Order: sequence, then C-alpha cells, then structure tokens
Amino acid sequence: MLRDITIGQHFPGNSLLHRMDPRVKLVLTVAYIVMLFVGSNPAGLAISIVFLTALYLTAKIPLKMVARSVKPILPIILFTAVLNLFFMTGTSEPLLAWWIFKIYREGVYYAIVMAVRIICLIAGTSLLTYTTSPIVLTDAIEQLLKPLARLHLPVHELAMMMTIALRFIPTLIEETDKIMNAQKARGAQLDSGKLSQRVRALIPVLIPLFISAFRRADELAMAMECRCYHGGEGRTRLKQLRLHASDIVLAAAAALVFAAIGMSNLFFERIG
Amino acid sequence: MKEMLKADQITFRYAETGRPAVDGLSLTVRRGEYVAVLGANGCGKSTLAKHFNAILLPETGTVTVEGMSTADEDRLFDIRQKVGMVFQNPDNQIVATVVEEDVAFALENLGVPPDEMRRRVDEAMRMAGVYNYREKAPHKLSGGQKQRVAIAGVVAMRPDCLVLDEATAMLDPIGREKVMRTVHRLNREYGITVVQITHYMEEAAAADRVVVMSEGKIALEGTPTEVFRQVDRLRALRLDVPQAAELCHALTQAGCPMPDGVIDVEGCAAALYRLLTGRDAPDAENAKEVAACPQP
Ligand SMILES: Nc1ncnc2c1ncn2[C@@H]1O[C@H](COP(=O)(O)OP(=O)(O)O)[C@@H](O)[C@H]1O
Ligand SMILES: [Mg+2]
Repeated sequence: MLRDITIGQHFPGNSLLHRMDPRVKLVLTVAYIVMLFVGSNPAGLAISIVFLTALYLTAKIPLKMVARSVKPILPIILFTAVLNLFFMTGTSEPLLAWWIFKIYREGVYYAIVMAVRIICLIAGTSLLTYTTSPIVLTDAIEQLLKPLARLHLPVHELAMMMTIALRFIPTLIEETDKIMNAQKARGAQLDSGKLSQRVRALIPVLIPLFISAFRRADELAMAMECRCYHGGEGRTRLKQLRLHASDIVLAAAAALVFAAIGMSNLFFERIG
Repeated sequence: MKEMLKADQITFRYAETGRPAVDGLSLTVRRGEYVAVLGANGCGKSTLAKHFNAILLPETGTVTVEGMSTADEDRLFDIRQKVGMVFQNPDNQIVATVVEEDVAFALENLGVPPDEMRRRVDEAMRMAGVYNYREKAPHKLSGGQKQRVAIAGVVAMRPDCLVLDEATAMLDPIGREKVMRTVHRLNREYGITVVQITHYMEEAAAADRVVVMSEGKIALEGTPTEVFRQVDRLRALRLDVPQAAELCHALTQAGCPMPDGVIDVEGCAAALYRLLTGRDAPDAENAKEVAACPQP
C-alpha cells in the first residue's frame, strides 16, 4: 500500500509544455504567482483562468487534476472565505444580519476573489510539477540559483541533497513496507487499536528504518567518494539545459498575458 | 609497468587500541590479473579493499597504484579513477534517479566535457550490458541489473582496475551469473585488472589467483587448484571449498584413486568417467553431459 505513494505528481508526456526548458517554466511560474497578487481583481483573475485553462489543454492534463490538487487545501480556502465573508465591513447596507454577524456585499466579493486567487495559485504551481519531473526541476533550480553560490550559498549541495532524497524515497518506502510486514509477522498491531497504541506500535518500525537509513548514507557517501565526488566545484553535467526557440515564443506569449493581467488594475480596484 | 596494485607490509587499525584489521600484509596484483580474495567474515577483506583506492590509508607500510602512493594527496583523483570500487549493496551506490545519469556521475565529478561524457557513458553502459535500461529509474531494476549499473558507473571512469567487495553477495543466482560474466568479459576483452572479494567458491575457482585471508594476514595464496586442494587447511580457516573439490577430497579419503587438484564440475566429471569406465572422457562437451546425468 505504501508503494502507491508518488512524489511530486509528475505526468510524463510529450507536449509543448513538457518539452519546455524547466528554467523558463520555473521563472514563468514565479512570475505568474506575482501577477496573481498584482492583478488581484475580477478581470485579472478571469484572464489568468483563461490562460491557465489554455495551458492545461496544451499539456493534455485532464482538468479534473486541478480539483485533485486543490482538494487538500480546501479547508484553508473555505476558512479564508468565511473570514472574509464575516469580517469585511462595507459602506452599503448589510445583505444579511444575524446576531453579531453582518454580511456585506464587499465581503461576498472579497471571499470569492480570494478563493479564486488561491485556486489559481495551486493550479498554476501544480501545472509546473505535472509537466516537469522532480529531477529536472532540481536541475533547473540549481542552474537558476547558481549566481547565489558566489555568496557562499550551498546551492550545489542543496540540489545534490534533493537528488539523493528523490533517489532514495522509493527505496526507503519499500524498506518501510518490509519492516512493517516483519513487525506484523511478529504480532505488531499496526493498523488497529487506539491512536496512541498505533503511534506506539510505529516505534519498532521507525527505529530499524532510521538505523538502516544511516547505514545507507554511510555507504553512499563512500561510494560517492570512490567516484571522485568532491562537491560542486569544476563539475560538468551530462544533460545540458538548452533554450529553444519555442521556449522564447512561449515566454513572450506569457509575458503578454501577464502584462494584460497587470493592466486590468487600471480598470478594476485591486483586492487583498 | 607490470604491477597494478602493491601493498607493502601494511597495518591498519580502526581504533587506536584495538587489534589490527589488516596486519602486516603484503600483496602484489599484476596488470590484467584476476585475483579472488577469500576469508571468513571480519578477517579484514573490506579493510584491505578500501586501501586500494585511498579510502583508507595504512598506519604503517605503503600502498601503491601503478607506482603512485595512496598517501599522495595530489594524486587522489588519479588513483580513484584508476581503481574503481563496487560494493555489496547496489542500492547504496547509485546516486542519480536515471540510469544514464548515474553512470555519468563520476565523469561529472571529474569535469569531463558533455560531448565526451555522452560518448563515454554510452560506451560504459554497453560494456556493462545496461544500455537498454539507460532511461529507467534504478529502483525499477533487479538486483543484478542495479549492480551492473554500478559497474558501468565505475567503468565510465576508464579504470585500469576493478575492486569488487562481495558485489554478488546480495544477488539471486541469475543476477550473479550475469554480473560475473560482465566482470570476466571486462577482464578478458578490455584487460581490466580485477580484485574480487567473494564468499562463493565457484567464483574464486574461475580466478587466475586466489588469496585467502585470516585475521588480517594472508593465510594461503596460489592458483585456484593449488588453494582448493588444501581442503583441510581451508576448513580450519572456516571456509568452504567448491563442491567438486569437496567430492574429490571425500572420495580420495574413502580410498578412491582420484587425481589431485580437481576443482570444477567438468574436471570432476571427467575424472569420475575415467574411474568408472576406465576410458578417458571423449571430450569436454561429453564430460558436461556426463556431469548432467546421474550415473546408475
Ligand atoms: N568502521 C569500522 N569501525 C570499527 N571497526 C571496524 C570497522 N569496519 C570493520 N571493522 C572491524 O575490522 C575487522 C575487519 O573488518 P572487515 O574488513 O569489514 O572484514 P571483512 O570484510 O573481511 O568481513 C572486523 O573485526 C570489524 O569488526
Ligand atoms: Mg566485508
């Protein structure tokens, strides 16, 4: 059952977005997030929804995936919506008044705009992870942050840690599965009993897992040393990231859309 | 230069006070040679192996790789490039999430330009027989396949010597067979020197030379035939002998006139054929057939 867990829900594919330079995708995603806040008004949000829908269709990712990625943070969306609904005071007459609660038109307006904004935020960032494998994303982050290495930020080390983590997650999941089965065979009750009992039953799973992880780390470090690993200095890469003409076209198109989102502020009042 | 590796009177202790894990050991491995190292658990085989590419430095004595001392820090990467190491657990030596990127890992570290790297990675993957899985994730491969990916990752450095520390210990018989075939091919066709630590006597029997260690020292050394005929000596060192050698030894002790120095199944079958029929086994092919069918 643990084996089914996937990390960084990546949808392999061969669409224009899948083939796009991950650095460009990353920069555009960050820019998109910024624009969501800058152009936080009905027109701006409408443009971003259209833009995002077009991108999802290009990437051939089913739109119901958006629902799936929004689901875990639905409570947060509802919570902020409720807060806006009740605590926003307006100038006009309240639409609804009951006991100490008063709901104004502005409250409804804010609640809707904020909720849509969060959903766009999640859908936009999900699109990045759907179309980019975690390892390619790591490469892109390393490349983009490279200038910061001059400020003695451990950029290469962080990227290496990410890579190793991604490499070992399946291995460790498999191992956890094995240990859990071994403990169950000894009579451990891992999926029944009270919560406190279940938490306590996890200890004999976690301890062997930790010990094994440390042993693995030790051996891996030695194997890396044997293959002449000595940090990021003077390192070259097998896979070179290359900017293609299509990347530039897409980036330009995105820039135009972002400009439109920014302009929408001229016609509508910015919210939030 | 004919000497690939040379350990001269080396001693190594893990703790200041403890007994040495390697104790005044000397060993020379010639270029192109295939050496198997045997020994009970904890006798210092891995410790010795780690001296060959400067992971450990000897307390006393010297280790040289093609004349370069492992204590020479300026030559550290030259040494590690010349002597590639493969360990027991394939999972714990694969760094990247894609096979070909893992094979490229050493070359990336050495700063090889991307074009040349691509060529060397492809070449290494073909040599180790993993080219067909080049775009797969390592955790989707079998143990034997993973171990060959690890070998490819080392071979990409174009080493002159491979040190395998129980590299087949965690594999199923089929995976082991394929890894062994790969290693033997690297030795024969590409002249790569091999030092193989193993618990499998059949693997040791296929080497040019067998070194048996005990308590940090070399207890026995010689060709597989010379070593495996000393059945009692090996038993005293808590080691097995290949099954064929064991059978011949038992027959000799029971009074059967078996020839001396038979260590493999084919040789044993031929000797038995001669013993039972009074004739020489017609040819090697036939001897294999005889070995395959139980005699009435
Ligand atoms: N990292 C270590 N720290 C302390 N002692 C060790 C370490 N590794 C091995 N030893 C000890 O050194 C001796 C030789 O170990 P090793 O070379 O691993 O043997 P082998 O590979 O032949 O099984 C053993 O007694 C072992 O307990
Ligand atoms: Mg060992």
